[in-house]
Amino acid sequence: MLSKNQEIKSPRNAYGETLVKLGEKNPNIVVLDADLSCSTQTCKFAKAFPERFFNCGIAEQDMMTTAAGLAYGGKTVFASTFAMFATARCLDQIRNTICYSKLDVKIVATHGGITVGEDGASHQALEDISYMRSIPDMKVIVPSDCSEVEQVIEYAANTPGPMYIRIPRTNLQCIFDPEAYKFNPTAGVKIRDGKDLTIVSNGETLIEVLNAAQKLHEIGIEADVLHYPIVKPFYHTVLKESARKTKKVVIVENHSVIGGLGSAVCESLSQFAPSKVYRIGTKDTFGQSGEQRQLMEFYGLTDKKIYEKIIKFMDVK
Amino acid sequence: MKTFCNSIRQDVIKMIHNAKSGHPGGAFSCVDILAVLYKKVLNVPVEWDRAVDFNKRDRFILSKGHASTALYATLAHCGFFSKNLLMGFRMLGSKLQGHPSSRTKLPGIEVSTGSLGQGLSIGVGLALALRLDKINSKVWVLMGDGEMQEGNVWEGLMNANNRQLDNLVVIIDKNNLQIDGATSDVKTIDPLDDKLKAFGFEVYSIDGHNYEQIEKTLLEVKKSKKLCAVIANTVKGKGVSFMENNAGWHGKAPNDEQLQAALEELK
Repeated sequence: MLSKNQEIKSPRNAYGETLVKLGEKNPNIVVLDADLSCSTQTCKFAKAFPERFFNCGIAEQDMMTTAAGLAYGGKTVFASTFAMFATARCLDQIRNTICYSKLDVKIVATHGGITVGEDGASHQALEDISYMRSIPDMKVIVPSDCSEVEQVIEYAANTPGPMYIRIPRTNLQCIFDPEAYKFNPTAGVKIRDGKDLTIVSNGETLIEVLNAAQKLHEIGIEADVLHYPIVKPFYHTVLKESARKTKKVVIVENHSVIGGLGSAVCESLSQFAPSKVYRIGTKDTFGQSGEQRQLMEFYGLTDKKIYEKIIKFMDVK
Repeated sequence: MKTFCNSIRQDVIKMIHNAKSGHPGGAFSCVDILAVLYKKVLNVPVEWDRAVDFNKRDRFILSKGHASTALYATLAHCGFFSKNLLMGFRMLGSKLQGHPSSRTKLPGIEVSTGSLGQGLSIGVGLALALRLDKINSKVWVLMGDGEMQEGNVWEGLMNANNRQLDNLVVIIDKNNLQIDGATSDVKTIDPLDDKLKAFGFEVYSIDGHNYEQIEKTLLEVKKSKKLCAVIANTVKGKGVSFMENNAGWHGKAPNDEQLQAALEELK
């Protein structure tokens, strides 16, 4: 299922192109943005279907409620902006208008996590998954490469109801072979087999985890690597089976350790497979300006840092 | 019409008394507008989703969701659902939630509201959807005046103007009171007409309790090809003397004696 092609591609581009493809087939799809259409790449849809694209300006609350109205009118709505402004700024609109009425609105946010980089803390959404995960009827999906972004967006367009999809800002190395990997909306997926510990991840950190797992293998530690693009609803089986085997679970995410994938995994483990757990993500803190790779290093999200932390966690002498 | 509105007001106050909570003041201020809308203006079938051409109906959004009793009672009196359901208001499992919920599938309820300031932009989205589908019906949004303090409202007004939505009508139930007192004391929204004009709206100011004026104006804006806002000047608690112009009755249920006194006045 893993790709031999290690090409680095833009997931935002993949999002924009997929929207256009879907828009050609389905005249019911409409797209909204809040003055960031070049960054989110919804500008591609705007160019192809100007009558079905609505730029709401710098007014995210208006965008989400307008999106709700279009969905009430029977449209399949994609609404995009940066993760910071797509969630916190309009949380009430998302909860009380979009989710409470189970409307067909897909919030596709780019620029999630610390990898926003130089713009700094005000633009680094480290809590977006946490906000979205706590709202009833909201599905939360964090894909890991371009081919998965394409599949997730197609799934979203064909599946009614509210969703939050987080697309990374950074260009990503291809992880999955698009011919062999089929996005499964109702399960986590094991992408590496081990016995000594379980590592769970998604989004931009998955490639780092895969590289860290390879390094661990070289010193004789074999990790089960689980990819959990669907953070909510949380599907327990794959995690449960792995954790019952390894008894040790590490979660790695480009998000605060509070409320994101790490929390979802802990909630599941506490019920089905109590295990020794270590969560790698940003701590209870704001981010800061810096180059993207430097920031990942600083907050412990690179393959090297993940490897070092896991060695400590495993108590390898 | 007066008799019809009085019977709606009687049910409103009975529902709130029965539920021991609710919002009589802002419900009473908009009963006359709602009654005229549903009796004379809106093209909404009482058969609701069983109607032929259901998708061609006008859309009504009660953005001031706390006035839910006024909408529920109006809908029941117009035949959208049985009046027997009214006393379930705010009860566990009822379709008549404290604030309107499209989740409960109560006939006549178009959208969920309650958190103020969102109905207008929802209306903008609905109006855009109707325009895309080439459906010639209108979206009507009834707002409270206190609600105009929400920033989302002004974002929505700007959006409506930007899109030149001639299929959207905004009605503001301007009773000049909010929970903490006079709107002019808490945070003034005036001059509202000038503000709306500056946002590109054709503004009508009417007496929100004068049936003829309401009907004439709403029928006029129904035909209009411009972006229209109607400021309905109203009295909070209208119809019950001891509730009129009293912010204290924004969100309070009457006791048994007050209920009787209110019903007596509403005969």
